[in-house]
Amino acid sequence: MDKHPLELTVNGSRFTVEVEHRKTLADTLREDCGLTGTHVGCEHGVCGACTVLVGGEPVRACLMFAHQAAGRPVRTVESLAAGERLHVLQQAFTDHHALQCGYCTPGFLMLIVGAFERDPDIADGELIEVLSSNLCRCTGYQNIIRAVRSVQDQLRGRA
Amino acid sequence: MKPAPFELHRPTTLGEALAILGRVCDEGGLVLAGGQSLVPMMALRVVYPPHLVDINGIEPLSRIAVEDGLLTVGATVRHAAFHRPVVDGPLGHLLAEVSRHIAHYPIRKRGTFCGSLSHADPASEWCLVAKTLGARIHLASLEGGRVLEADAFFVGAMTTAREPAEIVVEARLPVMPGAATFGFSEFNRRAGDFALGMSLVTFEIVDGVVVDPRIGIGGIEEMPRRLPRVEAMLADRRVTDTEPAALAAAACEEVDPMEDATTTADYRRHLAGVVVARAVGAAVARQARKD
Repeated sequence: MDKHPLELTVNGSRFTVEVEHRKTLADTLREDCGLTGTHVGCEHGVCGACTVLVGGEPVRACLMFAHQAAGRPVRTVESLAAGERLHVLQQAFTDHHALQCGYCTPGFLMLIVGAFERDPDIADGELIEVLSSNLCRCTGYQNIIRAVRSVQDQLRGRA
Repeated sequence: MKPAPFELHRPTTLGEALAILGRVCDEGGLVLAGGQSLVPMMALRVVYPPHLVDINGIEPLSRIAVEDGLLTVGATVRHAAFHRPVVDGPLGHLLAEVSRHIAHYPIRKRGTFCGSLSHADPASEWCLVAKTLGARIHLASLEGGRVLEADAFFVGAMTTAREPAEIVVEARLPVMPGAATFGFSEFNRRAGDFALGMSLVTFEIVDGVVVDPRIGIGGIEEMPRRLPRVEAMLADRRVTDTEPAALAAAACEEVDPMEDATTTADYRRHLAGVVVARAVGAAVARQARKD
């Protein structure tokens, strides 16, 4: 099948790639942009491991074709840390043991960062509902919730 | 878990989209809106359309508006658009409450109201809303347009009256009277999962008695529908005159439930009574809060 040229803007950088129409954004980020931080889990929209931000909104990157992201800013987990310094949420995940195997972590981080950027006043109940979007088989979620709550003032831009 | 090869078309006008769809629909070309059901089905190779007509770039289809007592929902309006009331009165609150039951947040940010209607999953919340409230579905094709009542649009599980060359361009819902109340109840085994059974109930109280009761069920049968016999038990009486247990029993009797590997027909029959009684109870409680 034919590959088609595509320009993506990911984490502020331009990527010129050639991919088939059927290639998902998740696979394109990993294989064509070399950004392997985005993990691919179930490949049919259930687990949320591949969550990235497109136009500021969290999306399942396995349910979007790369060509659909043309002209829209994409952000992945690679955008969070500044060099060796972890993003405040990444540090909180480490401090609160909010990951064990870590496979779901990039998706959770982007889901949470996106939720707070979109709605800094997000209510606690709504936050829990947002966190229920993704699957984590290790933590039982409680440590993820603890990690988020421990830095929610900073995520809200108030600390 | 990769979709079969296809050609993606990204038109920016409805005319262009209809022309492309008209050309490719005979080979199995499909419309792509939010893709939150279609793309998983493609990944699982349940469907393998050789062409997809992506309608997300057609700006006028993102319209949501209230005109002449009708709420118009364009083809690319996302589920999440309803998180906060989009219209005054009970309808806005009804749609907001129901929207929270659809999958999960990122899915609701992509998936569309009209896409759910077109997909016609028996467990779709929006299909239940469309049937219970009497939505009209507007279809466009190169030959022109037509409007179908929800009753005519849904013809079976995952099946609608939409012709392959047609695009659902919008759905219209009647705005509910300010005095109306509603209740919604859904049961599934995990939050965000497909509904095993759900019920949407609306009515008004005029001079102390129930007027225009609508009792819809979804997830129980192949298509959502209203239960006229249960509605008749409520109509023109005081709401307290009908025992919830009697409504539940009548609902169980009136349905013809589906069966699958994990959920028996008897279980769904029982569930029909439970969700109907709960939805009626929620509608009564909502009414009481208003009074």
